Amino acid sequence: MNKNLPKWVDLGLIPLLTLMLAFAVSGLVVLSIGQNPIEVVKVMIQGAFNPFGIGHTLYFTTNFIFTGLAVAVAFHARLFNIGGEGQAGLAGVGVALVMLSYDWPHWSIALIVGTVAAMAFGAAWAAIPAYLQAKRGSHIVITTIMFNLIAGALIGYLLVGPMQAEGSLPESAKFPSAASLPTMYDMLGWFGIGFDKYAPVNISFFLALIAAFLVWVLIWKTRLGYEMRAFGHSEKAAVYAGISPLKITMIAMLVSGALSGMMAVNTVQGEAERLLLGAVEGAGFIGIAVALMGRSHPVGVVLAAFLFGILTQGGAELQFTLGIPAQMITVIQALIIMFTGSLENMVRIPLEKIFLNAGKRGRA
Amino acid sequence: MLDFLTNDLLQLSDSAVRFAIPLLLACLAGLYSERAGIFDIGLEGKMLVAAFAGGAFSAFAGMSVADGGWGMGGWAVWVGLGAAIFASIMLSMIHAFASITLRGNQLISGVAINFFAAGITVLVGQYWFKMGGQTPQLRGGQRFEPITLPFAEALRDVPVIGSIYYDLISGHNIIVYLGFLIVALTWWILFRTRFGLRMRAVGENPGAVDTAGISVVKLRYSALIITGILCGLAGAYLSLGTAAAGFGKDMTAGRGFIALAALIFAKWKPIPAMWATLLFGMLEAIGSKYQTLDLGIIVLPGQFMQALPYILTVVILAGFVGKAIPPKAGGEPYIKER
Repeated sequence: MNKNLPKWVDLGLIPLLTLMLAFAVSGLVVLSIGQNPIEVVKVMIQGAFNPFGIGHTLYFTTNFIFTGLAVAVAFHARLFNIGGEGQAGLAGVGVALVMLSYDWPHWSIALIVGTVAAMAFGAAWAAIPAYLQAKRGSHIVITTIMFNLIAGALIGYLLVGPMQAEGSLPESAKFPSAASLPTMYDMLGWFGIGFDKYAPVNISFFLALIAAFLVWVLIWKTRLGYEMRAFGHSEKAAVYAGISPLKITMIAMLVSGALSGMMAVNTVQGEAERLLLGAVEGAGFIGIAVALMGRSHPVGVVLAAFLFGILTQGGAELQFTLGIPAQMITVIQALIIMFTGSLENMVRIPLEKIFLNAGKRGRA
Repeated sequence: MLDFLTNDLLQLSDSAVRFAIPLLLACLAGLYSERAGIFDIGLEGKMLVAAFAGGAFSAFAGMSVADGGWGMGGWAVWVGLGAAIFASIMLSMIHAFASITLRGNQLISGVAINFFAAGITVLVGQYWFKMGGQTPQLRGGQRFEPITLPFAEALRDVPVIGSIYYDLISGHNIIVYLGFLIVALTWWILFRTRFGLRMRAVGENPGAVDTAGISVVKLRYSALIITGILCGLAGAYLSLGTAAAGFGKDMTAGRGFIALAALIFAKWKPIPAMWATLLFGMLEAIGSKYQTLDLGIIVLPGQFMQALPYILTVVILAGFVGKAIPPKAGGEPYIKER
């Protein structure tokens, strides 16, 4: 971003300092509701890493890798995809439709079909805002927000209407059991390693890591990725170089929507094995925090997603052990988004001054 | 048919007004911010925090001293209103600090504020009241009571006009009347005062305003204080002026986003903002009165009515029905050249 700062400051020190600021303010919040911050941290870490917790931590991490990558890809083309929530929700509908349409004989086929459906539905839900941005100049942030809300209403309708299973609950029928994805317990069992049998983490975790690698290839090793970054850097220059804004906007958003959508493979297909109301649970928004923290780089995204996985699972433990509402985590997430996103200059501007002065002295 | 007109339509219009008021106030809040060149997708969060602060402080103020309250009787609701406005202004100032002083990303700041509000209201609510994030049920002087306008009772039996006056116009609480007053006031400020002219200019071309020797920073901060006040009123209406009579978890339920939609729908103008929010209020009223809407040709599910404001906004944004052009400098931090 900035030529005045060494790379390690930009990519390492600034995220670290802003994160610490966010944690410090979170600590104040904890104090103000009459709890001990040290105790809270202990409970959270314990809850996230104990043998029963880690399987949940990695499950949440999987979601956040997908949504974080989604936001990151769009960021590279300077598009703010705030619609992960709706895209992942619709992808859940797609997964449910294909899973319920046929008695899939084996999980491997179900995984492929489910992934394709999730990507297609997620991408489709991103396509309209992308097209409207590129062709009609409608602000993509507003349109994706609207599409989140439209998706919410649509899924609400489907689950009490056409897709509702017998009974009064707003949920779809259960998917055929042969299509059930292997969990971490199953997979480690193939090698004789033990793991929590009821942990929700499943094969999608590896799908997420593969996705992260493919995003790295796309952004830094392909012509298309170069065009996306060029477009994100300067639209005018990119157009002058013969890059089509329509093409880049569409492709970036389709990839972004597909990545958000893949989250449904983890939650809808891997864990719930049916479509439930509120299956996304804010993961689409957390993707924004993950992408910001991870500096839109796949490695950073994976690390940040793990951090948010720890926070989410640790937060569940807080409620269980200390009776602190799980909303504590929402507050911490908000503070991380605030400090690493919008208040970042609070740290960056002083650091730039320090390095500018140090540079001057070095030359003198 | 006449029966439908006098009863159902009147009843629908009456609840449309009730649903429209928080949207209207939040929409006008967004109008000041965006006209001054600051995007605000954090209307939802500010409203939510205001609703909570209003509900909580009105509850404290109205409780008798023996019960650990402040025993302020009929003043309680005003304490609540003050707390709501104060809380909302605080969040608005964080947004201002991030967007104006630090020149940070305004959209991300808005997202963070929404998240923060959703979390902190439940966290503090649970700590104070131990009711799962709710505030206690508010009674009497802890809420805004409906106001019966002069002669409403006397004119009630006059055909049509009397019942419109009695059922539709009279019988709302003070924030409703204030809301419509603020529409007129906003129009006047925006188009008839020097402050309004400068504010519109700063949203279109801050460089020009700066060149004229007027502080961009001061103007934008002033606009965001007004945004805070109006979001505070909107939130206070939800917890102190509706049948909810108290704060409930996530009680804004997306109204901040509908207000944003209405702002675009109204093309950032105050009078159209009133019509847009009344329209969206009517949709909400219809949606809550009829589970499904049988139009003869097709039957619309309730969720369709719920989604209609968003769909209409996308159509407007797409420019197929008149073009919505936002203030030109919106979202861009202003960097004064040195």
